[in-house]
Amino acid sequence: MSSSANWGQTPFIAADRPGGRALDWLRRNPTIVAGSSILVFFVMVALFAPWIAGDPLGFDPLYRLKRPSAEFWFGTDQLGRDVFSRVVYGTRISLIVGISVAAIATVIGLLIGVLCGYYQRVDEIVMRVMDGMMAIPAILLAIALITLMKASLIIVIVAISIPEIPRVVRLVRSVVLTVRGLPYIEAAVSTGTRGLRIMSRHILPSTVAPLIVQATYVCSAAVLTEAGLSFLGAGTPPEIPSWGNVIATGRAYFQLAPWIIFFPGLMLALAVLAINLVGDGLRDSLDPRIARRL
Amino acid sequence: MTAYILKRLLATIPVMAVVALFVFLLLHLSPGDPAAIIAGDEATPAAIESIRQKLGLDRPIWEQFGIYVANLLRGDLGTSIFSNLPVLTLVKQRLEPTVVLAVCTLLVAVTFAVPMGVLAAWKARTAIDRVIMGFSVLGFAVPVFLIGYLLIWLFAIELRWLPVQGYRPLAEGVGQTARSIVLPAFALGMVYMALIARMTRASMLEVLSEDYIRTARAKGATTTAMLLHHALRNAAVPIVTVIGIGLTLLISGVVITETVFNIPGLGRLTVDAILKRDYPIIQGLIILFAMVKVLLNLMIDISYVFFDPRIRY
Repeated sequence: MSSSANWGQTPFIAADRPGGRALDWLRRNPTIVAGSSILVFFVMVALFAPWIAGDPLGFDPLYRLKRPSAEFWFGTDQLGRDVFSRVVYGTRISLIVGISVAAIATVIGLLIGVLCGYYQRVDEIVMRVMDGMMAIPAILLAIALITLMKASLIIVIVAISIPEIPRVVRLVRSVVLTVRGLPYIEAAVSTGTRGLRIMSRHILPSTVAPLIVQATYVCSAAVLTEAGLSFLGAGTPPEIPSWGNVIATGRAYFQLAPWIIFFPGLMLALAVLAINLVGDGLRDSLDPRIARRL
Repeated sequence: MTAYILKRLLATIPVMAVVALFVFLLLHLSPGDPAAIIAGDEATPAAIESIRQKLGLDRPIWEQFGIYVANLLRGDLGTSIFSNLPVLTLVKQRLEPTVVLAVCTLLVAVTFAVPMGVLAAWKARTAIDRVIMGFSVLGFAVPVFLIGYLLIWLFAIELRWLPVQGYRPLAEGVGQTARSIVLPAFALGMVYMALIARMTRASMLEVLSEDYIRTARAKGATTTAMLLHHALRNAAVPIVTVIGIGLTLLISGVVITETVFNIPGLGRLTVDAILKRDYPIIQGLIILFAMVKVLLNLMIDISYVFFDPRIRY
């Protein structure tokens, strides 16, 4: 496994190096530090939501469409609900959706991709199916899946994950195809190593670095898609305060109360920016060759 | 060349077949009775039965798929459950605003993004480069509805330069149409600009380090001539590719942008269909958008020949 051509062997995976070098690595990658700091902030907000904000569902008609003030930092909506509380609780939904979709799409995509890259017969059929899925615009595919089932957070997560899978499959497959032809795989085959072992011990490690990068992009795309779907009225059930749902309620009152849209919109942009910064940083530092591939 | 185009056209058939199968199965593999789901929660058994017959759901599944594909091949995308109009007729009614929006977005994005990318590459690792790339990173993060509402708030509500929402058809005069489409085109174009600017910069950087650029400079070519004539032309293939791919990525943005700006295009048709659970419309639009995407990809591949004479098929 000491082949220099194996580009899975990147500094990031070498977790056994001393802590001092880890700090050094962070210093050389300010975008990762900036992005993950913002993400830590959002995770904190999500975890401690009940201590930070009041009831996101509580409404008071006396306080309809109030401007942002000391009492209501982000103003109130048309039912007199506190936009700040709703945005704070919305962080939970966005993070859950982003992380779950990234995990589901990556794991399933990895399995299919490795099988396709390794077994040519599976490859032909599966890749045609993937081509077809990629031809359907992601948001339309998600909308179609959601409208057919009773809307729930789990359905939304599944519906956003499915269109992301083909992209992961293609990436994994291309890595597997590259690695397959390398001498050390040939050596493993010639010494009688079985297919499953070659895949898990010799091929899978090479997919880790590009997959981590891809997962961050899937995550940010998922957060945006969830908000977009909710905004269109085809996403998370309206009674759950997600950023997209808060923005959707603000649509009809935009001229009177633009804050209902601006604050959750800004949080959304900030979260997506943070995830992308981590992704860009990882891409540039893990391996310059991935940078060209993605 | 003709053989290549023909081969590529044939290759789109399996892709579209998978799309058709997928769209068809979507309705049939979903848990529960599709007719009941489409009819909604408060439907009477009679209403459910009528939808079942209208969609042919009472026939065997393979027969239904056969009929579905045969209809598609004849250009029949299905019939709306609520308005009873063919989906294709509805699409034709809503086509103009969406096409105008897409073309304007393309124009706006290319006009701004290519010069930005060229500038960033030429001034690489300077403050100008950082500002342009910072803009590009932001462009990927800020959702289209936030940009849309910010633009409406600034240019329509505060400054009162442009209409808040709505679309004026071309028949009422190009000027009116342009006024109504400027803000949506910029809102939708932001991500697209970010994408094109980034790719232009990367492609230009690669070309600028080539020997013939040094030769051009040594010959005394002016900076403009060197950048535009020698560098940009040779950097064009990846840029054209990303412009094409970006156009296919815009489709989801179109749905949201049309909702923000109240534009009665295909995006609104989709959203209205979702709210009414008018499933044949959603199915028809998926087929249609997938076809547009597949054809665009085909055109991108073919366009390589025109931009890079070294490529021969």
